[in-house]
Amino acid sequence: MAEVKLHGRWYSPFPYRVIWALKLKGISYEYIEEDLSNKSPLLLQYNPVHKKIPVLVHSGKPICESMIIIEYIEEKWPQTPLLPSDPYERAKARFWVKFVEEKAPAFWSLYRSTGEEQKKALKDSSETLKIVEEQGLGEKKFFGGDSIGIVDIAFGAIAHWFGVFEEIVEVKVLEAHAFPRLHAWKVNFEEVPVIKENLPDRDKMLDHFKKRRIESLSASQ
Amino acid sequence: MAKNDVKLLGVWASPFVMRARISLNIKSVNYEFLEETVGSKSELLLQSNPVHKKVPVLIHGDKPICESLVIVQYIDEVWTSGPSILSTDHYDRAIQRFWAAYLDDKWFPAMRRIRGAQGEERQELVDQVVEGLALLEEAFGKYSKGKAFFGGDQIGFIDIAFGSLLGWLRVTEKLGEVKLLDEAKTPGLVKWAESFCADAAVKSVMPETEKLIEFSKLLMAKMKGAPPPKN
Repeated sequence: MAEVKLHGRWYSPFPYRVIWALKLKGISYEYIEEDLSNKSPLLLQYNPVHKKIPVLVHSGKPICESMIIIEYIEEKWPQTPLLPSDPYERAKARFWVKFVEEKAPAFWSLYRSTGEEQKKALKDSSETLKIVEEQGLGEKKFFGGDSIGIVDIAFGAIAHWFGVFEEIVEVKVLEAHAFPRLHAWKVNFEEVPVIKENLPDRDKMLDHFKKRRIESLSASQ
Repeated sequence: MAKNDVKLLGVWASPFVMRARISLNIKSVNYEFLEETVGSKSELLLQSNPVHKKVPVLIHGDKPICESLVIVQYIDEVWTSGPSILSTDHYDRAIQRFWAAYLDDKWFPAMRRIRGAQGEERQELVDQVVEGLALLEEAFGKYSKGKAFFGGDQIGFIDIAFGSLLGWLRVTEKLGEVKLLDEAKTPGLVKWAESFCADAAVKSVMPETEKLIEFSKLLMAKMKGAPPPKN
């Protein structure tokens, strides 16, 4: 069995998407923690264009960008499919993956901003949640239907980290009364065993992002 | 397949629309091209792409597909009797998706901002774009393996993603008075660009640079007044 390695960072949402995909498909892999303040020569060799994690290395060949890695995993290991088999349904799934990726910055910026900038982040993330709930999720339990798929994985990472940020800035956006279906989706998503067992320690996350928030805000003064 | 089973909503000047057209041409698919009027959005567009209200939208039967690269992959998956647009090798597909994402997420956004930028910011953008072209030149050398295209003998996913942006690259060079695609620095890409534009699937849908220049001037003028129509 050719070897699979995943280079990641414990507090970044992107490698978790890959971890979830690998675990759902029962693929064994070696996880390598990267220090992003001191990037390893290997990381720079594997991802010269972006110099970022995650990088999946399969039989020595690197693949970069979390959602591209997942499409690769899906094609290489078709068990427990994460994409529908119908081309139109696949196109819809890819559309939503792209949509949440494009809108993600507003979610990340919640913990990095205050005042007007934060208000904008709240407004933008709220608008995105509305579109995702009404047009993406609809009446389904998961974006993938009865079981989680590629869109659940893509957005699940964003939503989970957003939950941590909401706690830090003490503002709740993804609330049950405002987004009943999406809120229920998040609860269900985080109950899926593979997801539940593969999330970073919440206290560590709160600690880490609180520190980063302070650094971010003092840097911008 | 009957012509009216496949419709494409688009505008002639959009590189993203061009991607869909090239792909349909590669697969010899007959389709009806429904040109949107710049500055207004048809009911059909608003219905078929309620999230973004943008072109291109491919309508196959009654099913709308949005986002240019999603459309290209859809076309590749549905019309399997034509030449493949994405490689059949899984690793190569990942590489192709990587470069298409790089072009859309990093390279093209930097390039489009050159004309509106000034001073240091402008120089930084130019540098980014030129560095990007150096990376793409290297990628071209690696993946073309001496053939005409990133996809080898035939146009593939990266060719379509990148080649569709050539028109606007030329507009930026002309109106921005800056050399981006330089024969001395990226000879492979210069030759590739010629081959791409001459390809049968591309020729009929690549807008003339002069027309794009006129269109761009119109857009810039409008931007100083009302918000521009979004492509």
